[in-house]
Amino acid sequence: MSALSDQLVTFAILAYLIAMISHAVEYALGNARAVARPAAPARELVGAGVGARAGGPVDAPVASADALPDAPIAKADAAPAGGDRSADRGLLAGRAAVWITALAAALHLAATVTRGIAADRMPWGNMYEFVLTVSFVGAAAWLAVLWKRPSLRRLGLFLTLVMVLLLAFAEMKLYVEVVPLTPALQSYWFIVHVSTISFSSGIFLLGVVPAVAFLMRNGYERGRRSFPYTLAKRLPAAAGLERLTFTLHAFAFPIFTFAVIAGAIWAEAAWGRPWGWDPKETWAFISWVVYAGYLHARATPSVRRNVATWIAILGFLTMLMNLFGVNFFFTGLHSYAGVS
Amino acid sequence: MTVVEDRPAPPAAAPRRRPNPVLALLRNSWRQLTSMRTALILLFLLAVAAIPGSVLPQRGVNPENVNKYFVDHPDLAPRLDRIGAFEVFGSVWFSAIYLLLFTSLIGCIVPRLREHVRALRAKPPAAPQRLDRLPQHAVLTGVATDAEAVAAELRRRRWRAQVRGNEVSAEKGYLKETGNLLFHTSLIAVLLGVALGSWYGWHGNKLLVAGAENAFCNTRQQYAEAKLGPRVDSAGLPPFCLTLTDFEATFLESTQPESYRATVDVEEAGRATRTASFSVNDPLRLGDANIYLLGHGYAPILRYTDRYGRTQTSNFPFLTTGDATLTSEGVAAFPDVNVDPATGKRDAGLQVAFEGLYLPTAPQQAPFTRSEFPTERNPAVVLVAYRGNLGMDAGIPGSVYQLDQRQVASGKLKQIGDRKLAVGEKWTLDDGSVLEFVGTKPYITISVRYDPGSILLLGSSATLLVGLMGALFGRRRRVWFRVTPAGPDRATAGAADPAGGSPTAGSSLVEVGGLPRTDYPGFADEFAQLVAVISGDVTPGGRAGDGGAGGRAGDGGAGGRAGDVTPGELAGGGHDAGGPAGTREGAQ
Ligand code: HEM
Repeated sequence: MSALSDQLVTFAILAYLIAMISHAVEYALGNARAVARPAAPARELVGAGVGARAGGPVDAPVASADALPDAPIAKADAAPAGGDRSADRGLLAGRAAVWITALAAALHLAATVTRGIAADRMPWGNMYEFVLTVSFVGAAAWLAVLWKRPSLRRLGLFLTLVMVLLLAFAEMKLYVEVVPLTPALQSYWFIVHVSTISFSSGIFLLGVVPAVAFLMRNGYERGRRSFPYTLAKRLPAAAGLERLTFTLHAFAFPIFTFAVIAGAIWAEAAWGRPWGWDPKETWAFISWVVYAGYLHARATPSVRRNVATWIAILGFLTMLMNLFGVNFFFTGLHSYAGVS
Repeated sequence: MTVVEDRPAPPAAAPRRRPNPVLALLRNSWRQLTSMRTALILLFLLAVAAIPGSVLPQRGVNPENVNKYFVDHPDLAPRLDRIGAFEVFGSVWFSAIYLLLFTSLIGCIVPRLREHVRALRAKPPAAPQRLDRLPQHAVLTGVATDAEAVAAELRRRRWRAQVRGNEVSAEKGYLKETGNLLFHTSLIAVLLGVALGSWYGWHGNKLLVAGAENAFCNTRQQYAEAKLGPRVDSAGLPPFCLTLTDFEATFLESTQPESYRATVDVEEAGRATRTASFSVNDPLRLGDANIYLLGHGYAPILRYTDRYGRTQTSNFPFLTTGDATLTSEGVAAFPDVNVDPATGKRDAGLQVAFEGLYLPTAPQQAPFTRSEFPTERNPAVVLVAYRGNLGMDAGIPGSVYQLDQRQVASGKLKQIGDRKLAVGEKWTLDDGSVLEFVGTKPYITISVRYDPGSILLLGSSATLLVGLMGALFGRRRRVWFRVTPAGPDRATAGAADPAGGSPTAGSSLVEVGGLPRTDYPGFADEFAQLVAVISGDVTPGGRAGDGGAGGRAGDGGAGGRAGDVTPGELAGGGHDAGGPAGTREGAQ
């Protein structure tokens, strides 16, 4: 069972990789068209114009544009294809990418479940399993978002990239054999705590994708044409990305809060104190405070939306620090990493 | 965001008299302190200030590592210590940040609380003159309804509605601000819970060897280390005694621990002795103290028969060295042996000690430096014998787990041989005295704790969560209905019926306006549905048809399910506007 799980992980990585390439093909074909046809820049200008109108003067919060549909992308795709084969192929590649992502997520789920069966417990006993679960939540939530908002499809390039990197890293650096839980982890609070942490981390992970996309697209809509911004040419409108970023974070934050509280309850039972400033606890506190800062920043009209979004990204970096940095660099009671 | 707008204009904005400069400064500082910007900055400072607490060893978490840091960085460590870097979370600067933050927080919620209570009691405000200026607007013709009926329908949908003549004002979503205030107030309660625990709580760590002779009673002196809150009197510790009667640990072949369980006899004042067992994750909860199992190990029983034939037994715990197989190290000291029966005098130069390792599962062959398994499959001690002056009389408190190396260095304590002993084996030393390894007793390390703040912590964490959900997912919004009975005298000439149809007799013209007061993209949808219900197009609770709702451009429009991003939906949270775009791309 455990070997099966390992194989499934490898297949899932491959599938994500293929999905990523497929997304990239869509990008490339779309761009090729833009280069090939002189009319395209004009269309883009329309798009940029809408964006600019949406954003108002450069300093105004983008919020005022919330109500506008993602016009540029819609226009680009809805344009009469008139013999434009490469754009068609691009769309096809994009659609294929989504289906392959779904397949990859299914493999990913199967890998996680078989791992759990092999261990005869929830598959959250060590860092490898944790990363497996968190990234699955991210992928599944992505598909759910995509189901409701197909126009976000192009973000899939970033998402699959994240998946490939995370899973490959997990397989190469974090892999451990299946073992039962240590006594410290044998508690139902463990299930409550780790499942909610995984879930919220997965959503936060997914939240990074529109956050980064927003920052790029926002720059693009404001007329930046240098390297990372040009990538955003064919992304959905900035306002929508920003809102999705907020929605995901607002959804994950209470779950994360609950997870931290559950962790404190568990720590009280296991170690006699709800909070002891162990490195992991310290970083959970830091993440929590940074995300609270993001919610505050977004609710403060004088703070620009891209500043707020940077805070969200910073929040995720602190989550990563907690997952990898603390497990590798510090020793604490959460001797959970299982990497030696 | 609207919450911010909601706040009353600063009363001191236009002072009539010349303000006292000191007062003005104070007031300005206070306003600065309680601004969102300051809260944001303080939150960041708090996050940044916590980082050294995870990078540097902390006394509260791991005092040994702090000592090690002092050894490794003799120059840097004292300087870091001076600025509290080893006690970050109790340091002046960390406390300053969170106290400022909480002051800001109180300064922030008190006025908002007042404002919110007022808003809760106030009636929804009267309709603005021009409803068509609102983000949502619709005009219905030929609807057989009146203001009271509209209000009744709104109330049924849990709007707070107020009828003023032919107008209905309604508001919903007070939960957002309620939740927000509950959340922020709970934060204060959490802090109070922490404070309560540190003032009135206490805890101590204890190593407890099995057997009645090693029973532990809860007094300050019995603890190797203990920390009592400033309001706790050491005489006031609750009286109880514990005797470890049994300890069981099971391990996988990989040496990973599988389960632990300690069984103790508990004596409490005024109660019969009872047996209780506890384990990791399952503490022993006495009335006013909880007992947590932290670790375990072995205490070898070593029997020493001195050169005069008198026997003493040591049962000192050997501390685990941190490896998974429970290799342990320690010392058995016999300071009172070799007393000459003729003179009755103790010779300080003839004290004996054995220092070395205990291996629960010794390897079959040398080197005997590491245990192979954590349970006792082949228990053995590997000891070095010393004779001489142990240095225990000098009054310098030494560790019971280590020999005084100064005595060894000065030659007052001499090494006289080493040996590995299995259970039952005897070792005859050069002077004819004998050491026998009799066996072991298990020991456990426990933490005994009392935290009176934990209930408050738990309760306030719960309300914090509830408040947070309300704050994040509540959406405050208002609608107004202006019902004009059919006739030529329209109250709002500006908002003429765009359809231009002449109302039939007995029906009314209804003008509707809606205003989301917080970020709420799904409002267009809700508004359309509300309008449809009032216009009678659908049965109450059904979906909107093409009910004449003229949402503004880009608002998603009626009927279209405006961007139901799933997580938002799950959370009931902010949906995405521009829903139609969602399907546009799929249509090529
Ligand atoms: C102890 C530190 C604080 C934490 C952890 C914290 C956390 C939060 C969180 C998570 C939210 C999001 C909930 C929501 O959107 O309604 C929020 C909202 C809010 N907080 Fe705080 N807060 C803190 C201190 C403060 C302070 C000092 C102020 C006053 C200056 C403040 C004012 C607000 C306001 C006005 C909102 C509502 C924003 C909105 O309309 O969405 N908070 N806070």
